[in-house]
Amino acid sequence: MPVEIQSPALAYAPVAPLLLVFAAALISVLVEAFVPASSRRVVQIWVCAVGLVLALAAVILLAGTEELTFSGAIAVDGPALFLQGTLAVLGLAAILLLSERSLDSSGGAVVARAAVLPGSREDAVLAEATEVQTEIYPLALFSLGGMMLFTACNNLLLMFVALEVLSLPLYLMAGLARRRRLLSQEAAVKYFLLGAFASAFFMYGVALLYGYAGSVDLGDIFAATGTAGTNDALLFVGLAMLAVGLLFKVGAVPFQAWTPDVYQGSPTPVTALMAACTKIAAFGALLRVLYVGFGRTEWDWRPMMWGIAILTMVVGAVLAVTQTDVKRMLAYSSVAHTGFILVGVIALSPQGLSGTLFYLLAYGFTTLASFAVVTLVRDSSGEATHLSQWAGLGRKSPLVAGTFAFFLAALAGIPLTSGFMAKFAVFAAGVDGGATALVIVGVVASAVTAFFYARVVVLMFFSEPPLDGPTVAVPSGFTAGTIALGLAVSVLLGVLPQPVLDLADNAAQFIY
Amino acid sequence: MSSLPWLTVIGLVPLLGALVLAALPRGAHYLHKMVALGTSLVVLVLTIAMCAAFDPAGDRFQFVQAYDWIPAFGVQYAVGADGIALVLIALIAVLVPVVILASWHDADAPLAAHVAGAPATSARVSSTAGGGAGADAEPAPAPKRGVRTFFALVLVLETMMIGVFAATDVFLFYVFFEAMLLPMYFLIGLYGGPRRSYAAMKFLLYSLAGGLLMLAAVIGLYVVSASQGEGTFAFERLTELEISTPVQIALFSGFFIAFAIKAPLFPFHTWLPDAGAESPVGGAVLLVGVLDKVGTFGFLRYCLPLFPEASRILGPYIIVLCVIGILYGALLAMGQKDLKRLISYTSVAHFGFIGLGIFAFTTQGQTGAVLYMVNHGLSTGALFLVAGFLIARGRSRLIPDYSGVAALAPILAGTFLLAGLSSLALPGLSTFISEFLVLIGTFSRYPVAAVLAALGVILAAIYILLAYQRTMQGTLRLPSGLTTIKDLHLREVLAVAPLLALMIFLGFYPKPLTDVVNPAVDATMQDAGRSDPAPTQGRGETAAPAR
Repeated sequence: MPVEIQSPALAYAPVAPLLLVFAAALISVLVEAFVPASSRRVVQIWVCAVGLVLALAAVILLAGTEELTFSGAIAVDGPALFLQGTLAVLGLAAILLLSERSLDSSGGAVVARAAVLPGSREDAVLAEATEVQTEIYPLALFSLGGMMLFTACNNLLLMFVALEVLSLPLYLMAGLARRRRLLSQEAAVKYFLLGAFASAFFMYGVALLYGYAGSVDLGDIFAATGTAGTNDALLFVGLAMLAVGLLFKVGAVPFQAWTPDVYQGSPTPVTALMAACTKIAAFGALLRVLYVGFGRTEWDWRPMMWGIAILTMVVGAVLAVTQTDVKRMLAYSSVAHTGFILVGVIALSPQGLSGTLFYLLAYGFTTLASFAVVTLVRDSSGEATHLSQWAGLGRKSPLVAGTFAFFLAALAGIPLTSGFMAKFAVFAAGVDGGATALVIVGVVASAVTAFFYARVVVLMFFSEPPLDGPTVAVPSGFTAGTIALGLAVSVLLGVLPQPVLDLADNAAQFIY
Repeated sequence: MSSLPWLTVIGLVPLLGALVLAALPRGAHYLHKMVALGTSLVVLVLTIAMCAAFDPAGDRFQFVQAYDWIPAFGVQYAVGADGIALVLIALIAVLVPVVILASWHDADAPLAAHVAGAPATSARVSSTAGGGAGADAEPAPAPKRGVRTFFALVLVLETMMIGVFAATDVFLFYVFFEAMLLPMYFLIGLYGGPRRSYAAMKFLLYSLAGGLLMLAAVIGLYVVSASQGEGTFAFERLTELEISTPVQIALFSGFFIAFAIKAPLFPFHTWLPDAGAESPVGGAVLLVGVLDKVGTFGFLRYCLPLFPEASRILGPYIIVLCVIGILYGALLAMGQKDLKRLISYTSVAHFGFIGLGIFAFTTQGQTGAVLYMVNHGLSTGALFLVAGFLIARGRSRLIPDYSGVAALAPILAGTFLLAGLSSLALPGLSTFISEFLVLIGTFSRYPVAAVLAALGVILAAIYILLAYQRTMQGTLRLPSGLTTIKDLHLREVLAVAPLLALMIFLGFYPKPLTDVVNPAVDATMQDAGRSDPAPTQGRGETAAPAR
């Protein structure tokens, strides 16, 4: 007897942004193979730019769409489109940072041959060489495509696929730093090993939840939580496992251990990509899982998330105080910010959702631009990331130091910056959702974060520059444009946040 | 005439001045100073015109403007001035030009006035690189950076300070309250004394920590208002909320701690002596004269009307803190060797008086407290300025380094004495009236507190006169390396004279102030649901009329 195969309902229009990015990624691979080396970089930048701009245009055209497609595996709804649009812009900015050639004397932040053993003679030759490879572009595009898919998965199996698509290129990219190769390789290995663990947890959770609900669709899981006679142990353990995988990606305590090492070792533009985009995508998935799949079982996961949010805020803020490296400090600050965003997630309300979306956008731009500033401060061995080397920067280069100080103020949440509005949005949602204690921990942690941000300002403006201090390199339009974009967004969202708040408000509705 | 958006215009002028400064070329110091001074004088003229347009018998809030700013949070750009805000804005408008005039050379090169008579050239050396530091044998106490930045920061600070008093939307108030920290932080950190980065950091962290607690309370207030209708931050709508007592106490605490740090009340005062001593003189005047008033202003404007029940319950404890502050601040002031720390500690005592007046819940006490805010700005401002003139001459902040200065610099000594007498509230000077009102107002409700606070008046006489006697009288002694001290020159006299004149004028004729302040205080008392204790009762609580 012939088996009757039902063809799945496929609507391509709602997934156009994803298709465009993946198409650009595939073209980018072909470019690597067929375009002569001399013109590859220019072609690659154009492919990335066109792909991401078209994806953004598609998102804008799709605005307001609420549609389940691919047999219900992909949900194209407000949060997905909002985050996809944000990811397209931030991804493009990160790729522009990667394309910067005028900062490092040997061209670019990315090593040409990553497999060379650090410390060997070949490595020494490589350090002097000016050869440049461009395979970072398809890697970045695939990763971005995976992130955009991650925010729209209504099906846990597809979510796992998206998780791997976004993660695998990142593991590689983390190991591609041109300078300090050993740190970079260490970062890649650590990220890969821990990430693989987290993925395994995630997968196991998916399996248990399938055992619970008989489906990996978030909508079906939600329906199953409403029926009696199901095995709750499977639900709880499955959810916990799933949460481990997702919380690893957002960098929440106690799954944050990779963050400082990976942020420090990776090429700074890649760090920027990870800090801004990966966090956005992972929070998109976390929101969808908790709000859609487990919206009815909030009493089961809320206490756990409370604990994690408090730990994340406190540990991130306190450990950041002791850091002496700019990139590590920003890494711990990103952990603390993960905690703040979790306050919005825990609110489990439309305000919580819109506040979280707004926070992700505001934080993404600020953190991306802060890492962009980090790429500018250099000495003979590459980027000068030790904090003591930043002393007196305000006297040598008031513009760069002033810009960085503004980003720090935004991260600290000083009023009239985007960070303040974002923090206000999630904290207000938190108090409204009954998480007052969490908000109080949040404001105390904010005060602690203000300490180490202010310490950098003290160093830059109130200290004398060391004699052999680093110089501030003059960037090309790529980096300068990215910083200007981050600055503009941070100021605008701080002074006139209403349009973006409206956008987030309108987007704050999941479908399943 | 009243349709003119006075507050917005007055707030924007300094910001525009700062932008003009930023656009001017780097080296043109004289031009920078003139632009800054001109801007601040324009603000002064506009403020005087605004005060003339204010109708004491009219609405509580005048010059009101309200536009939606962030409808998603119910936030408005809403400004308006009651009598209390008006006199404090007037104080700002008077103090800023004075500060600019007095700080004329403060941002120029270090040691320039002392080593050589060419401040302009030395400033250029120090602004190009750290190379200037090697030229001087002794370590430069504070490498000064940029005349333009200094005056631009002062002007930006003026905008923020006006905004914080003018805001009638709690969110807007909070925005200015926090944003105001940054220019002050840079003023201390860039232009302060040897321990400036420590002091700046301490100032920022104390203020931020308090501010963030207030943020939690602001959010709480918003959520309460949202639960009783539409979420709003508008002050007058918030006063109509029904808040349960435990919630009131929690929210009150959030606001109170922020304001108590800012004011500063004992035991939240420890940042002030450092910040006051290390900041440049102009910064110290604005810090103690105006910025700290935001704390006491916040008590009056926000703590009492929004949380009447909590204020009633916690009021007596706060009175205790205030009395401790008065006595403790005075005792510590007596023990100081550093002139600027001494003045800072006197302020701790004075803020105790202001808090006493506010939390005594009497019309006299609160009117006295508001007058005290203005008069303290004038007298302590003058004291800081004159001390700054002396320190600029002797390059030492230590009282034991000076003796018998009056013989060489009689005008300097005279202004110091006058400002000091005002600080100890000599009758005939404006501070006397405010201190007297505070004590009377307190006595009718808390007689013991009033008696103890009166001891502070005596202590004030001791620490001020002792400092005067040690530095100005006796045989001549100057910091090592100096043989003579010049008397005040015209610019300095012009800077400090308006303050002294106002102190004397308001000392004899405080009516313009009281006319404006009284209705606002009455409205505050009404919002707080309190009335003056009946004269026959003399002591204890009177029942609050139900609202």
